[in-house]
Amino acid sequence: MSTPITTSWVLALAPEISLVVLLVLVLIYSRVWQDEQRRVGLLTAWGGLAILGITFGLWYFFNEPAHLQPTDLADSLFWGGMIRHDLMTLVFRVMFLSALILVSLISVDVKALHQGEYYAMLIMATIGFSLMAASVDLIMIYVALETASVSSYILAGFLASNKRSTEAGMKYFVYGAFATSVMLYGMSWLYGLTGHTNLYAIGDMLGGVGATSGGEVTVILLAAVMIIVGFGFKISIVPFHFWAPDVYEGAPTAVTAFISTASKAAGFAVVLRVFLTGSLGQVYFGNSWWSLLVVMSIVTMVLGNFAAIYQTNIKRMLAYSSIAQAGYVLMGLIVLTADGAGAAMFYLLMYVFTNIAAFGVVILISNVTHSDEMTDLYGLNKRSPNLALVMLFALLSLGGIPPTAGFIAKFFIFKAAVDVGLWWLAMIGILNAFVALYYYLNVVKYMYLYPSAEEAQPIPVSRAALVGLGVSTVIIILLGTFFAGPAYEWTLMAAESFFAG
Amino acid sequence: MVEFPFLSIIALSPIVTAAIILMLPKERGENARMLGLAAMILGLVLSAYVYYAYYQNLPTPGTRWADTLLFVEEYAWVPSIGINYILGVDGLSATLVLLTAIVGLGGVLISWSVSDRPREFYAFFMLLVAGVQGVFVAVDGFLLFFFYELAVLPMYVMIVIWGWKERREYASMKLTLYLLIGSFVSFIAFLVLYFQLPSYLPDVIPGGLPALEGHSTFDLRYWAEANFPIAIQQIWFMPLFLGFAVLAGIWPLHNWSPDGHVAAPTAVSMIHAGVLMKLGAYASMRVGIQILPEGTVYWMPFIILLTLVNVLYGSLIAMRQRDMKYLIGYSSVSHMGLVSMGFAAMNVEGLTGAGIQMVSHGIMTALFFAVVGMIYDRAHTRNMDELGGMAKALPWTVVAFIIGGLVSMGMPGLSGFVAEFPIFLGVWRGGAMNLGGTFLGLNPASFYPTVALLAVLAIVITAAYVLRAINDVFLGDYEASKWHDMKPLLAIDKFTLIFFCVILVLIGIFPAVIEPIVRAGILPVVERLDTAQLAFAADGETGNVLKELETAVLYLRNWLGGT
Repeated sequence: MSTPITTSWVLALAPEISLVVLLVLVLIYSRVWQDEQRRVGLLTAWGGLAILGITFGLWYFFNEPAHLQPTDLADSLFWGGMIRHDLMTLVFRVMFLSALILVSLISVDVKALHQGEYYAMLIMATIGFSLMAASVDLIMIYVALETASVSSYILAGFLASNKRSTEAGMKYFVYGAFATSVMLYGMSWLYGLTGHTNLYAIGDMLGGVGATSGGEVTVILLAAVMIIVGFGFKISIVPFHFWAPDVYEGAPTAVTAFISTASKAAGFAVVLRVFLTGSLGQVYFGNSWWSLLVVMSIVTMVLGNFAAIYQTNIKRMLAYSSIAQAGYVLMGLIVLTADGAGAAMFYLLMYVFTNIAAFGVVILISNVTHSDEMTDLYGLNKRSPNLALVMLFALLSLGGIPPTAGFIAKFFIFKAAVDVGLWWLAMIGILNAFVALYYYLNVVKYMYLYPSAEEAQPIPVSRAALVGLGVSTVIIILLGTFFAGPAYEWTLMAAESFFAG
Repeated sequence: MVEFPFLSIIALSPIVTAAIILMLPKERGENARMLGLAAMILGLVLSAYVYYAYYQNLPTPGTRWADTLLFVEEYAWVPSIGINYILGVDGLSATLVLLTAIVGLGGVLISWSVSDRPREFYAFFMLLVAGVQGVFVAVDGFLLFFFYELAVLPMYVMIVIWGWKERREYASMKLTLYLLIGSFVSFIAFLVLYFQLPSYLPDVIPGGLPALEGHSTFDLRYWAEANFPIAIQQIWFMPLFLGFAVLAGIWPLHNWSPDGHVAAPTAVSMIHAGVLMKLGAYASMRVGIQILPEGTVYWMPFIILLTLVNVLYGSLIAMRQRDMKYLIGYSSVSHMGLVSMGFAAMNVEGLTGAGIQMVSHGIMTALFFAVVGMIYDRAHTRNMDELGGMAKALPWTVVAFIIGGLVSMGMPGLSGFVAEFPIFLGVWRGGAMNLGGTFLGLNPASFYPTVALLAVLAIVITAAYVLRAINDVFLGDYEASKWHDMKPLLAIDKFTLIFFCVILVLIGIFPAVIEPIVRAGILPVVERLDTAQLAFAADGETGNVLKELETAVLYLRNWLGGT
C-alpha cells in the first residue's frame, strides 16, 4: 500500500514512539552519569508516568483511540493493517505502562539491578508488549512477541553471577524459543490455508465470530492447537506452565513481578485478538478448541492452586498462584461474550497492581534477609506494619475478598460465566478460589502471628518503594470500590469492539 | 434536599475509624480504644434514632416490602449491570442494626485492656462491625454479599492473632472456609436467578419502581416482587438458603461455630455469636425465603427436621461440655436452631418469634461470653471442673450469668420467653397447613405439632446444663489460695453487664418495645409465603415424588447443556 503516513498513523503508535525515546534517554543517562545508577530507575518511572499521561491525554482530549464497533474496522487499522488502534489497545497499554512504572519503583533499591541496561530491557519489553496488544497481523504479532520475549529472557538471566538467575534465563529461553517456533509453524499453516496474514481477513474467510454453520476443518484445528502452545506458554496455563515456577523463583524478584503481570497480560491480549476475530475457525460453544480451552482453564486453576499449597518459597507460591489466576482470566475468554472479555481485561488490570504489590513486598524483605523463603515473612507485622498491610491487601485481592479489586474482578468473571449457562464452571472456579484462600490466609497468619528471630530488626522502606506500593494498594482498593463501575465500563467498552450489538 | 445519610454513617463510619486507627503512630496505640469507643457510641446513637424513628412510622400491614423501607439512600455503582449502592431498613433490619450497635459497644468495653497490638485489634474490630452493619442495611444483593465477605475476613485475622493459643489456627481457617464457601454457593444461585429475573417480574412493578431497561438488577426491591416458576424455585432455593444458613449454624453445617466461638477472643466471640450468626439467619431470610417463597414452602417441611436436630442435638452436646465456652457455643447452635425453626413455621408467629429470638439470643450470648471472658482473664481456665465458688470472688458475674441462663431457658418475664413462646406457637399452628405431600411426601400438617413438642424438650435440657454450670462455676467453696490473679471487676465491666441485663429484662417485661417493629419487618415475607401456600394448596397433589424428581433432573440437564 502506498497510503501516505498521516497523523493518525503516528498517534496510533505515540506511546510506543515515546517509549523508544525514553529508552534512548535512559541509555544515555546511564552512560553519562555512571555513578548515579539509582536515579536511572527513577528516570524510568517518571518517564513511564509521562507516557501514561500522554496515552490517557490522547484518549481523553482527542478521543484517540475512539470507541469502535466491529463494523468500524477500516477506520482503525493503521500501518498497512498491521495494528489496530482501539480501546482494547489502550486498556492494555495502561496495564503495561503501570507495570513498568511500578516495577522500576520497586527495583531502585536492589543493588544488583543498578544498571542502565536493566531498565533499558524493561522498556524494550514494554514496547514489545504494547505492540503485541495492538497487532492484528500474524507477522506483527510474531515480531512484537519476539521483541518482548528476547528482552524478557535477558531480564530473567540478568544476574549473570547468580546461578539460579542464569538457569532461569536459560530455561525461559529454551522453553520460549520452542513454544514460539511451534506457534510459528501453526501460523504458517493458517497462512497456507487462507493466503492472508491479517487476522480479520483470515477470520472472514473462516467464518468469523458467532458463526454456527459449516464444519470444522481438521487442519484449522491443528493450526489452532499449535498456536495455543505458543500462547499457552506466554500466559503459563497448564500444560505449558512448567517453566513458570523455576523461572519465577530464579529471576530477580522485580523481573518476576514484571513477567508474571505484564507478560501474562500481553499474552492474553494476543489470545483475545486471535481467538475472538475468528482467525482459528468459527467461534461457538462446544467446538473443539473451545472445549480444549475449557479443559485447560479448569486444569490450570486446580493444578495451580493445589501445587501452591505445598510451596515453602514465597516466590514459588506466588508463581503457582499466578498460574491459577490465569485460569480465571481464561474463563472470561471462553464465555465468548463482550461481558466475559471485559471481565477478563478488568481481572488483568487488577492483577497487574495486585501481583506487583505482593512481589514488591517480597523484594523489600529479601533485600534484608537475602532469601525468599516463607519463613522470612514471619513476624513481618512487627518488623514493618506497613509492608504487612500492603501484603495483606495484595493477598486479599488475589484471594478475592472485598474491599479489594480481586473480589469484584472474580465476580465479573463468574457473572459472565453464569450468564451463558456455565454456572458449573463458575462453581469450579469458586471452589478453587477457596483452595487459594487457604494458602493466602496462611501467609497472613505467618505475617501477623508467627514470631521471628529477627523481630527487632526493622525492614527499611525507601521513598520510591513506598510510593510504588502505596499507589498499588490504593488502586487495588479503589478498583474494588469507587472505581469498580467506571473501570469495568471502560474495559467492557473495549471488549465491545469484538462483539456486534 | 439531601437527607442525612444515617445508614451510610452507621455502616461506613467504623471503616473510616479503622483507617484512622491504623494511621496512629505506634506509641499512641492507647488512643485506639478511645477512637473505637467513640465510633461505637456514634453508631449506637444513630441506630437508636433509626430504630425509634422506624417505630414511630410503622407501615400498615399489607404494604409492599419496597415501601416499608425507610432511610433509603441510593447511588449508582456499576449501573451497567444493575449494581447500585442502596441502603435502607425495614423493621427487622432496624432491630438488628440496633442489636449490632449494642453488642459492638459491649465488645469495645469488654476488650478495654487488650495490650497486644491494640491498634490492629480495634481496627479489625471496627471492620467487623462495619461488615455486619452493612449486611443489615443493604438493599442491593451485591452490596449484601460485599459486606458479608467483608465481615468474615476480620474474623479470621482476629481469631488467629488474639484467639486462644491452642485452637486458633485450626478454628479460624475452618470458620473462614465454611462461611465463604457457603456464601459463594448462595452467590452462584443468586447469579443464576439474576439472569432470569427480568422474565419473571410483573409488567408493572408494584411499589412505583421503574421498569428495568435492558439489563437485570441486584436491587432486592425488584427481587421481592419476582415470581419465579416453581421449577426454578425448587432447585435454587436450597443452595440459596443453605449457603447462608451455614452462618446461622444449621445442623449438619454447624461444625465451624463452636470451634470458632471457643478460639475467638472475648469481644469477637460476642460479636460472632451475638451478631454474626444472626447475619446468616437474616441473609437466608432476605435472599432465600423472601425471593423464593414457593421454594420455601416446598423445602421447609424438610428443613424444619434439620432445625429440630439443631435444637435437640445442640443442647444435648452442650450437656456434656466442661469448657464454659464450648458450653455456650453449643447452646448457641441450639438457640439458633430455634431461629431457623421459627422461619420454618412459615407464619406470623414463627417469624416474629425468630426475629425476637435473634435479638434476645444476641444479647444473651454476648452477656455469657462477657462473663466467661471476665472469669477466664482472672482464673486462666474455663474448665468447669477446676472452677468453683466464683460467686464469692466475682459476685457481679454470677448475677449476670443467672439472668442470662434464665433467658436461655425461656423464663417468663425475660426476653427468652417472649422469643421462644411465639416460635413454639408458630410451629404448632403450622400443623394447620395442608400442602399435600410437598417434599418427599412430608405433609406439614402431620408432624409440625410433634416437632413443636419435641423442641420444647430442649428447654428442659437447657435448664439442666445452665443450672449445672451455675452450680459448678459459681457456687461451692471458694479456695482463695488457688487463684492468684483474682482482681475485682473493673467499673467498665460492671457497666457492660448491667447494660446487657437491663435490655434482657426490658424486652421480657415490655415486649412492646420490640414486637411490633419485628412483626412489621417480617409481614411482607409472610404475605409472600401465604400466597405461595395458597398456590400449593390449589395445586392439590404436587407431591408426586417421582414426577418432581424427573422435572428436577430435566431442568438440571438443560442447565448443564449450556445455552
